[in-house]
Amino acid sequence: MTRLSSGEVLTGILGAATLGVLALLPLADQGYYLSLAINMVLFAALCTAWTLFSGPTHYVSLATAAFYGLGTYTVGLGLDYLPFPVLVVMGGVVAAILAGLVGAATLRISGVYFVIFTFGLAELVRQIVSYTQVKLSSRMGLYVFTDFTERDIYWMLLGLTAVVFITGWLINRSRLGFAMQIIGNDETVAKHSGIDTAKLKIILFMISGAFIGIAGAIIAPRYSYVEPPGAFSPMISFLVVIMALLGGTRKLWGPLVGVIPFTIVMDIVSVRFPNDTSIVMGLAFLVIVYLLPDGITGRLEQFWAYLKKPRAAPEAAPVEERA
Amino acid sequence: MLRKMTMMMAASAAAFVMATGVAAAQDTLKIGASAPKTGPLAGGAAVTHWPNVKLWVEEVNKRGGLKVGNKQMKVELIEYDDKTSGEEAVKNIQRLATVDKVDFLVSPYSTGINVATAPLIAKYGYPQIATTAATDNVAEFAKRWPNSFWLLGTSKQLAEGAVEALKKMRDSGAIGKRVALVNVADAFGLELVRAGKPALQKAGFDIVYEASYPLGTQDVAPIISAAKAANPDAFVAFSYPPDTFALTDQARIQKFDVGAFYVGVGTAFPGFAGRFKDNAEGVMGVGGIDPNSKAIQDYAKRHKEVTGADIDAWASAMTYAGLEILGQAIERAGTTDKAAVIAEIKKKPFQTVVGEVNLADNINHKVWTTGQWQGGTFNGVASDGIPGAKAPVKKQPWK
Amino acid sequence: METIVTGILLGGTYALIAIGLTLQYGVSRIMNLANGETLIAACFVTFWLFTSYAVNPIWGILVIAPIAFAVNWAIYMLLLKPLVDRARNQGMLEVDSILATFGLLFLFQGLMLRSFGGAYTSYAFLAERFELFGAYYGLNRVVAFGAACVIALALYLFLYWTRYGTAVRAVAVNPGSARLVGIDVAKAAALSFALGGALTACGGTLISTFYTFNASMGVVFTMKALIIVIMGGVGDVRGALIAALILGIAETAVAGLIDPGLTLAATYALFTFVLLFRPQGIFGRQQA
Repeated sequence: MTRLSSGEVLTGILGAATLGVLALLPLADQGYYLSLAINMVLFAALCTAWTLFSGPTHYVSLATAAFYGLGTYTVGLGLDYLPFPVLVVMGGVVAAILAGLVGAATLRISGVYFVIFTFGLAELVRQIVSYTQVKLSSRMGLYVFTDFTERDIYWMLLGLTAVVFITGWLINRSRLGFAMQIIGNDETVAKHSGIDTAKLKIILFMISGAFIGIAGAIIAPRYSYVEPPGAFSPMISFLVVIMALLGGTRKLWGPLVGVIPFTIVMDIVSVRFPNDTSIVMGLAFLVIVYLLPDGITGRLEQFWAYLKKPRAAPEAAPVEERA
Repeated sequence: MLRKMTMMMAASAAAFVMATGVAAAQDTLKIGASAPKTGPLAGGAAVTHWPNVKLWVEEVNKRGGLKVGNKQMKVELIEYDDKTSGEEAVKNIQRLATVDKVDFLVSPYSTGINVATAPLIAKYGYPQIATTAATDNVAEFAKRWPNSFWLLGTSKQLAEGAVEALKKMRDSGAIGKRVALVNVADAFGLELVRAGKPALQKAGFDIVYEASYPLGTQDVAPIISAAKAANPDAFVAFSYPPDTFALTDQARIQKFDVGAFYVGVGTAFPGFAGRFKDNAEGVMGVGGIDPNSKAIQDYAKRHKEVTGADIDAWASAMTYAGLEILGQAIERAGTTDKAAVIAEIKKKPFQTVVGEVNLADNINHKVWTTGQWQGGTFNGVASDGIPGAKAPVKKQPWK
Repeated sequence: METIVTGILLGGTYALIAIGLTLQYGVSRIMNLANGETLIAACFVTFWLFTSYAVNPIWGILVIAPIAFAVNWAIYMLLLKPLVDRARNQGMLEVDSILATFGLLFLFQGLMLRSFGGAYTSYAFLAERFELFGAYYGLNRVVAFGAACVIALALYLFLYWTRYGTAVRAVAVNPGSARLVGIDVAKAAALSFALGGALTACGGTLISTFYTFNASMGVVFTMKALIIVIMGGVGDVRGALIAALILGIAETAVAGLIDPGLTLAATYALFTFVLLFRPQGIFGRQQA
C-alpha cells in the first residue's frame, strides 16, 4: 500500500471534519431544512456511486432507477419478515446481481446504445415487478411502517455517502482504478495491454449498482408507501445524470459540487414559482449547459490552471542562466 | 413648541397603533396546499383538486372570511407543486409547517401521496381531510393517524357498488350473467378487482374474460377484441383516465355492444361526455352525484362560473365538501387551535354539497359508488347508505 | 388476422412517433430528449385549431408542419449549433445535447402547462368505423397509417433518390468524411433537425385524433421513439420503420395472445434481444 501524500491526508481530515459538522445538522433543525438535507445527501450518495462507474468509463448509465427501486422493494417486501439492516444489505446484493447480469450482457455495446439499454432496463424491471406483484399478491403498493425518524434516515444516508467516497478513493488508488483510467482514455489500448476490460467494467458496475440499491433501501421507510411508478421513476435516473454532469465527473467529489447547488436551486424555484417550475428549470439547464461545459469542477480546474500559469515563467529563467 | 409637537406625534402614534390594533382584529388564516401541478397525476388534480381549492378560497373571502371567535379571518392560500412525487410532497408539507407556518392544510391529492404525507401531517397535528384517497385501509389509517379523516370511501365499496348496479340490471332482466372484467395494473385498479371479482362471483355472475394491462396503455384494441370474442353481457373495466377513454372509444369502433358498460375513473369527467356525446349515454363508472340534489346543481354552476371548468362527478364535490368541513369546523371551534378543530370535526355531522357528512369515527361511510350518464348528467345509480339512486338503464348499441 | 392488422396499424403509429427522431439523432447527432414535447405541442395546436376554428386536422398539418420546421431550425441554429461547434468529440456532443434538450423538455412542458393547463385533452375526429376483412378499425388510425406510409415514402425518395438526400445520408454515416467531399455538413445537420421536427409534428397531429394527451406526456413518447430509433439502427430511416412495425405487431400479439399486462415487458425484452445480437441495431453500422 503506497503511503498517503500530505495532500491526501489533508483532504481526509477536511472530509472527516465536514462529515462531523454535517452530522450535527439534525440537532439544529428537524423540519424543512432537514428534509432538504436528506434529499441532498440521498442524491450525493446516488451521484457519487453513479460516478464510480460512469466517470472513468464515460458510459452514461440510466439504470439508476432500476437499482434504486430494487433496493426500495427489497425493504418493502421483506420488512415483515427480516430485520432492517439485513434488508439493506440484501438490497445492495440484489442490485449488484442485476448489475452483474446487465454488465455481462452489454459488453459489446457502447456509447448511446448503452444509455438507451440501461434506460430500457429500468422500465423493464419496473414492469416485471408490477406484473409479479399483480399476479402474486394482487396488491401493487407496499406499506412500509417503521419507527425511523427523518434524523435516523439522514444519518444513515450520510454514513452511506462517506462509505461511497472512501470506496471510490480506495478504487482510485488501486490497480482497478488505474486500469479504469486507461480504459476510459482508450479502450483499444487497454485491451492490447492485456487488461481484461470486460471483467473490470462489470465489477465496477456491480459496486456502483450495489451502493445505489443500498440508498434505495435506506430511503424506503421515509414515505410509508412504495409503489412501482414512484420507486422506479425514470426521473431519478435523469436527475442523477444531470447533477453528476453538472458537477463534473472527472473528480470523485465532482458530483457533490453538482448536487448541492442543483438541489438548492430546484428548491428555491419550486417555492418562488410554484406554477412555473418547469419553465425556470428549463432555462436554468440551458444556462448550465452553455456556461459550464465540463461541469462546475471543469470551470474550477480551468480557474486553478489559470492561477498557476504566471508562476511557470520565472522558473524557466534560472535554468537558462545556468546553461 | 417642541412639547406640543411631541404630544402631537405621540397622539398620532397612539392613534396609529389603535388603528392597526383595530385592523389586526381582521387577521388572515394561512392555509397551505400541496398537490400535483406536474407529473402523471397533474391531469387529474387539474380537474378535481385545484379548481375546488380556488373556488372555496374565493367564496370564503367574498363573504368576509371565516368567523373565528370574534374575528373575521380571510384565507391566504399558499400553494406548492408536489410533482406527483411523495418525496416532493413530504418536503412541501415540511416547508408549509415549519417555514410558512400555516394554520391549516388542504389534504394532498391521491391515495399514494395522502399516505406518504400522513405521518408528517400527524406529527405536526394538522387535521388531514383526505377527499381523493380511495383505499381499503382507511380503518387502519384512521387508527394510526387520529388526525386524519377519509371521505371518499374504500375500493371495496366502489367495486361492490359496481356489482350492485350490475345486479340491479340483471334482476330487471336487462342483462344476463356473463361478465368480461379488465383492470389497470395500478394500485387502485388492483384493489378494485381484488374486491370486485369475488363480489361478482358471489352475486352469481360468470367471468368469461379477465385481463390486466399496464398503466398508460392507450392501444387497447386487442383487449376489446378478446373481450368481445368471449361474448359477455356486461363489460367492467377498473381503469384510469387515459385508458378509460381509450377503452370506450375502441369498444365503440369495434361495435362491442353489451347491455352494461362500466369503465372506472374518468367516466365522471366532463371531458368524457364532451368527447363521446350521445355515445356516453348509458356508460357507467366510478362516482356519481345525487340526481335530485339542488345543492350539487348550484355548486356545479358556481364552479363553472368561478373556475371556468365543469365539475367531475366523483371527487370534485367531495373535495369541496372536505374544504367546507374544514371551514365549518374552524368556525365551530372558534379558534385556530388544531387539536380543537380536530375534536370539532368528530363531534357533530356537517352539512355540505354532498349532503350530511358524519366523521365521528374519522371515516365517511356514505358514498356514491357508481354513476351512469343519463341524459347528460352522471347520476348516481348505486351507493352505500345514500338514498335516491336512479335506476340503471340498459346500454343502447353504439352509434 | 385482426391481430396482424391492428399490429400493423400500431406500427404505423409508432413510425410516426419515431421517424423525426431518427433524422435528428442520425444525421444531426442530437439526442433530442424534447422530441416528445414537439409531438405533444402539435397535438395541442391541432386540438385548438379543431375545437376553436373547426380546422380539419389534415389541413392542420399544412399549418403545423412548416411552423415546426421553422421552430426546430431556430432551435438548432441558436441553441444546438454552438454545442456542436464546441464539442471535441461525439461523446461530448451527446452529453451536451442530452443536457440541453433536457432543459428544452422542461421549458416546453412548462410553456404548454401555462397555455393549455394540465388536464387530459382529447377530441373525436374520424372516429368512425373502417371495415377490413370482417373486423372494425378506427378510421383515424387507418388514416394515420396511410399518412405514415406517404411520409415514409416521401422521405425514402428524398434520401435515396435525390442528390441532396444522398448528401444527408453521407453526413449520417460519417460527418468528417462528408465534409471532405464538399458537403456542407452544418447546413445538412440543420436541415435534418428541422425536418425531423416537422415530421414529429405531423406525427403529433395525426395521433392526436385518437390518443388522449396532456402536457406532461411528452416523456412517454420520447422514450418509445428512442427505443425504436436505437433498435432500428441509428441514422437509418428504413431501420426505424421496420423496428416500428416489428414493435407494433409484437405488442399487439402479446396483448391479444398472451397477456395485456406484459406488453411493455415484451417491448423492452425485444429491444434488449435485438441489441444483444446486433448491437448496432437492425440496419446500423458497426461502430468503429
